[in-house]
Amino acid sequence: MNRVGVVVFPGSNCEYDAAAAMNALGAKAELVWHSTTDLSGFDGVILPGGFAHGDYLRPGALARFSPVMEAVSRFAHTGGPVLGICNGFQVLAEAGLLPGALQKNIGLTFLSQPTTLVVTSNNSVLTSGAVIGQELVIPINHFVGSYTCDDETLKRVLDSGQVVLRYKENPNGSRADIAGLANERGNVVGLMPHPERAMSTLLGSADGRVLLESFVAANVAA
Amino acid sequence: MSSPPQSLHRALGLSDDELDDIKTVLGRDPNHLELALFGVMWSEHCSYKSSRLHLRRLPTTAPHVLVGPGENAGVIDAGDGIAVAIRIESHNHPSAIEPYQGAATGVGGILRDVFTMGARPLAVMDPLFFGELTDARQRWLVEGVVSGISGYGNSVGVPTIGGELTFDDCYRSNPLVNVLCVGALPKERLVLGVASGVGNLAVLLGSRTGRDGIGGVSVLASAGFSGEDGAASIDDAKRPSVQVGDPYEEKRLIEACLELLDGGLVVGIQDLGGAGLVCATSETAARGGVGMDVDVTAVPLREPGLVPFEIMTSESQERMLAIITPENLDAVRALCDKWEVRAAVVGRVVAPLSRRDGTTQGMLRIRNGFDGEVLAEVPASALADEAPLYDRPRERPSTLDQVRADDPTFDEPVGSPNDDLLDLLVDPVWVYRQYDSQLFLNTVVGPGRDAALLRLAGPGLPSSTRGIALSTDSNPRWCALDPRNGTALTVFEGVANLACVGAKPKAVVNCLNFGNPEHPEVMWQLSESIDGMADACVALEIPVIGGNVSLYNESGGSDIDPTPVIGLLGVVDELVAPPPGWNWREGNVLVLVGAQRADGERPFPLGGSRWATKRGRRGGVVEGVDPVALLLTLDFVVAEIGSICAGAASDVTAVHDVSGGGLATALAEMVAATGVGAEVVELDGHAELFSEFPGRFVMATSDVEALEERARAAGVLTTRLGVSQGERLRVGSMIDLSVTQIASRRRDALEEALATLN
Repeated sequence: MNRVGVVVFPGSNCEYDAAAAMNALGAKAELVWHSTTDLSGFDGVILPGGFAHGDYLRPGALARFSPVMEAVSRFAHTGGPVLGICNGFQVLAEAGLLPGALQKNIGLTFLSQPTTLVVTSNNSVLTSGAVIGQELVIPINHFVGSYTCDDETLKRVLDSGQVVLRYKENPNGSRADIAGLANERGNVVGLMPHPERAMSTLLGSADGRVLLESFVAANVAA
Repeated sequence: MSSPPQSLHRALGLSDDELDDIKTVLGRDPNHLELALFGVMWSEHCSYKSSRLHLRRLPTTAPHVLVGPGENAGVIDAGDGIAVAIRIESHNHPSAIEPYQGAATGVGGILRDVFTMGARPLAVMDPLFFGELTDARQRWLVEGVVSGISGYGNSVGVPTIGGELTFDDCYRSNPLVNVLCVGALPKERLVLGVASGVGNLAVLLGSRTGRDGIGGVSVLASAGFSGEDGAASIDDAKRPSVQVGDPYEEKRLIEACLELLDGGLVVGIQDLGGAGLVCATSETAARGGVGMDVDVTAVPLREPGLVPFEIMTSESQERMLAIITPENLDAVRALCDKWEVRAAVVGRVVAPLSRRDGTTQGMLRIRNGFDGEVLAEVPASALADEAPLYDRPRERPSTLDQVRADDPTFDEPVGSPNDDLLDLLVDPVWVYRQYDSQLFLNTVVGPGRDAALLRLAGPGLPSSTRGIALSTDSNPRWCALDPRNGTALTVFEGVANLACVGAKPKAVVNCLNFGNPEHPEVMWQLSESIDGMADACVALEIPVIGGNVSLYNESGGSDIDPTPVIGLLGVVDELVAPPPGWNWREGNVLVLVGAQRADGERPFPLGGSRWATKRGRRGGVVEGVDPVALLLTLDFVVAEIGSICAGAASDVTAVHDVSGGGLATALAEMVAATGVGAEVVELDGHAELFSEFPGRFVMATSDVEALEERARAAGVLTTRLGVSQGERLRVGSMIDLSVTQIASRRRDALEEALATLN
């Protein structure tokens, strides 16, 4: 993967961190303003963390109407690798690019803490380089990160290997301990934890590299 | 312009003498609007009129200081072409009334102070002080304040990397909510809040102006809470003076302003904080020696019907004033459109008036339309800089000798030291896990440790392998007994915290939270405290580059304990590996680095310690500082830990400074962090277990002889304490607790206290 577009909504705040992680892994990150309607030329797209449009109404509810999201949707439907981190996951869920929804944490407080994730499927652009059962220490940082969906959807995503990451100890009440989820094709992935914050032992963990290296290695129309 | 009735000035918080001063400045009677402008600008909060005389005694210069006190933030040269800006403020009175918004807007305000200097805000710290949690109102305040900081700080995208949490009944009606912000900028981008260039435009950026926060500084922060039961009784009357924050507006404002500065599109920029538009316009004009015309009708309003005095003094949040050349107006508008930030031309820079004596005087003129009627005309510097200076009466409290004589150091305590120790353990994780502490990928040591440590990096900065360390410290119990020594010790305590992450101190900022300055005892405490800070900063050669004074922290006639909060900024020259932290390994030798006993023979006193305070013993004496010995120890620890940060191998596996709760608490905190117990030698009673004195460290080492040899060479005292091992913490015959007891008590103490239902 050469050029990665990191989408910036007004209120995004992890765009520099996501770009730094991509650059550290040899990709070339470019910030893409949310009014952009054309993502041609990019080999991958990241929707970073933050509070797009202030999270007003509810996280992702306004961002899904930003002009860039039509382009993201087209990019995803042609098989382009798309990664939504935290707020980006919320946006992808609101936009219908991933099933289910995120609701407030069960404890009704913001949670910023390390979590241990277990890789449960490597059928995605984020986990293709990971080993099933592998444990990764990666921090979470959210108020609205408890994954939920109806029973039928839950069965489907579990059976088809779309659940790519689960919490070892569930911090937020997510259904089936789901921390990260892919679409059927595996090219669109959302996760609440922040792999870009786990790139260096100086900052506490380098386990995020396993995931982001997979993403950088992914090809369009994977 | 009609003259105001006789009593109006008093309603605006001005004394009769101050009214006379205003008449002298103007050479005539002020009109209503002019009087209102003076009322807010000459308030205690804006003018520091009771404290300025004393603050002049602080050392403020050093070769690396780029901007000292008096600007929006202090700035130092941190090396590698990077300047670091730092500021601390209080938002005590608003938070007492509306904890969520009070704390949230405190964060918003301090961020604007920092990005006004051209710096991107990189981290926030929050020292918080409440009454004991057995009181339901305190639990409401804690939850409100913490969720306000979390809700605003996380959303605006600035990590919160530390702070302090203190419970004492002196804060029952006067909680203290202080906030410190640090930012960084390429050195050459440094900007100041100055208006210059006649014909330039003053552009108001950000939120529309509403009625929120009118008189915040004069009504709230410059008077005490007078009701019998303090803040609770006056909630409703003062709530309209509290501002309401919008972090999303602030986030866009930060990005827009930094882009304006990057593009060289502004001449000067100033935030709107306390006293709103009148403060921003008069300060920028006064600094530039120019005049400014402001059109009140051009200010975008939230609701119709605001009168000029409301528009000029409103403290509506998320607003900035930019001074730009007319040629750049279109570019500024286009950039603000991109970030969905409102931009309105509300004023213009005009030439100062020439006076008969040949000098000039910049006038702030408030007009009804750009070329319309002049509603007020006042010398800008009279508002910004020429408030009266008070040397208020000072008096040593008459009860102080009696209080000091009541020394708890040699108490024969009842009860078990095990229970005493467990009672002192509190992990603030419930607070800080609600804060984003990691944004920008800089946080090497986050909240809950001795000091926070960040990589010196951020968007748009030159690359560097340096680190910056931050700590905030206070000890109101020491300062109540001895404000001079107590404040000096607090500075040393902060330096000791920085040493634990390998950082050398470079600058101090302070937030002086005191009671009513009209009480001579409070003025004595303030003056003594400033002298203590000055003594310590001179001994340590650290400049004071900024500060904030919060007075009138009183309720029902009772003042809080003197609470100077010391913020320290340090630098680690080479940061490629994390400092060792608290995590010793099984089988390490534990060493006390620094003095075990005062004067080599008696235990450090228990006066002002947390242990004594918990037992209701608030008397005693505070040990004086021996700066020479302390400096040797501090330098030694900085060198030891700094070399680990630079990547060198070391036998030192853990370090923690002995502070609140004393040596026993430091050991227990390390036990809780590692899950490995310790066997420690017999200590000399409660005093040696629980006394608090800075400049003493617990270090764990895998090669004790080598560590002792290095300490000896540096002239630093060491005492072997024991060995890290097993599943219990045993200290001689006094402490015997399991690792699990210690860890679970520490983890659960705060949450259990907050979960009480009645």
